[in-house]
Amino acid sequence: MTTKVFQRPKYLKDAVFHYCPGCGHSIIHRLLAEIMEELDIGERAICVPPAGCAVLAYNYLDIDMGEAAHGRSPAVATGIKRVLPDRIVFSYQGDGDIAAIGTAETIHAANRGENITVVFVNNGVYGMTGGQMAPTTLPGQNSTTTPGGRDTARDGAPLDLSEIIGITRGSAYIERTALHSPKSIRQTKKALTKAFKVQIKELGFSLVEVLSPCPTNWKMTPVEATKWVKNEMTKFFPIKVIKDEVGEI
Amino acid sequence: MSEKRLMRGNHTIAEAAVRAGCRFYAGYPITPQNEFTEYAASAMAKLPDGIFIQAESEVAAINMVIGASMAGARAMTSSSSPGISLKQEGISFLAALELPAVIVNTMRGGPGLGNIAPAQGDYFQATRGGGHGDYRTIVLAPASGQESADLTRMAFDYADKYRTPVMIIGDGMMGQMMEPVEFPEPVDPNELPPRPWILDGARGRPSRFIRSLLLDPEVEEELNWKLFRTYETITREIPSCDTYETEDARLIVAAYGTAARIAKGAIKKLREKGLKVGLLRPVTLWPFPEQSFLELTNHVKDFLAFEMSTGQMLDDVKLATQGKSNVHFYGRPGGIIPTPDEIAGEIQKIYHHQHLEED
Repeated sequence: MTTKVFQRPKYLKDAVFHYCPGCGHSIIHRLLAEIMEELDIGERAICVPPAGCAVLAYNYLDIDMGEAAHGRSPAVATGIKRVLPDRIVFSYQGDGDIAAIGTAETIHAANRGENITVVFVNNGVYGMTGGQMAPTTLPGQNSTTTPGGRDTARDGAPLDLSEIIGITRGSAYIERTALHSPKSIRQTKKALTKAFKVQIKELGFSLVEVLSPCPTNWKMTPVEATKWVKNEMTKFFPIKVIKDEVGEI
Repeated sequence: MSEKRLMRGNHTIAEAAVRAGCRFYAGYPITPQNEFTEYAASAMAKLPDGIFIQAESEVAAINMVIGASMAGARAMTSSSSPGISLKQEGISFLAALELPAVIVNTMRGGPGLGNIAPAQGDYFQATRGGGHGDYRTIVLAPASGQESADLTRMAFDYADKYRTPVMIIGDGMMGQMMEPVEFPEPVDPNELPPRPWILDGARGRPSRFIRSLLLDPEVEEELNWKLFRTYETITREIPSCDTYETEDARLIVAAYGTAARIAKGAIKKLREKGLKVGLLRPVTLWPFPEQSFLELTNHVKDFLAFEMSTGQMLDDVKLATQGKSNVHFYGRPGGIIPTPDEIAGEIQKIYHHQHLEED
């Protein structure tokens, strides 16, 4: 008698991820599929994927998806959620999407207290376009548009978008997690689960920022990239619950 | 039948939208169309299923409309020229995603911030797509309060039928003028034809996605041809215009919206003086009523395109008349409202210069 101990989650399509080796997107996709199944929300979930590497998320997540223009996901998600308030609506956004071109949409969706969930994947670069400086690129970090590394006097300092969202009165739950160890991945799943529960219970705007490796654009091996997340990114972007207005749910 | 009401143009379109089953409005303040947004706010608040959002930007407003349309609602936004420029990204996405939506442009003087006076400088932007990529937008141009109400109903029906954004284009004059209106019976949004493509959660059916990123050029090309075929159908089915005194006319003024109202006044006076002049008023700016123009070239050798711009629809009049007639132009841009006497003077000048009084 064999027992199945590991299988593809129900809401993950039978497809091979196109993501680079060591990329965090595939881990986050899997976590989301698991959560959809565990919370039994896959049949009422609607995802708004970003412009960026994860634009192809509809090839993997077996739920309804509506693509938005770069940065506009929170506005599109707002429109969907207002029309269908009993559905579970979430945006999936990269750092450039959420903290540069879509800053206004994100802050105002949070401030209105839209009952949506935002999955914010922070890998410190524009991945799909080839590794340009993102609003979250660390000081000194190399990118294709910061020769010699990000110089804060020249290029500005990284933006603490999640902390800013935390200040808005409409946001209910904001947590930053990372993908550098099995433990931190489990914590990420816990945070994402809570974020969706916040929405299910109609408690307001929830956001989870996930520090995620991009070995290709960081020009590192997957192992080196994971270490970079742990040793460098978490120093600047501390792993923590940034805001929790809901407590245990 | 509903009662006759005296309403300003901005309110008329907003009321007609609600009666067309629109339950989602997102907008941003801009003059001269604020009354529209304000009316939508109170009208939606009175409905149990009405949704009004004052967005943080014009860009956010059009993207909220995209989301509402994906979710299956009759959705709309409104703005004025500079705000419409900001919405163009979203309008291109609506076209690519084949999502129905209605956008109202109460045109003002431009370019740039311009002013808040009535103008018709956004004709090219409206009829040529406006945003990036190979697409068209249906553009309806009412010239009265009653027509604003009627065309608003049609705008939502066209948007649903062809799954495309539809623009209603007016100007500050149309928006502010108070006129009597009789509204059609309200539509119950729940009675509208089903939309089997919407995103409402994959319950009991395979999951769906609505996307516009088509990395394979052959797939993108197919979308472009698909849209093209839709535009061909639209061009065949909906071109519309209004004519006035064209049967025996020797000179025909081509004008839309406010300019057409002004021209009509001038033509009435000139007819009293014995001048054989008429008016052709395009109601659909895209698709342009080309056939109506072409038929008139059989007996009309002189057309006068009259616009509150330096000449934009003029190009379409030239294309439609195929070089078979002379096409003259008179326009006042920048928010100037020409008087009937002014345009009457221009008509007379051309009439005599072309010896049209002679048999």
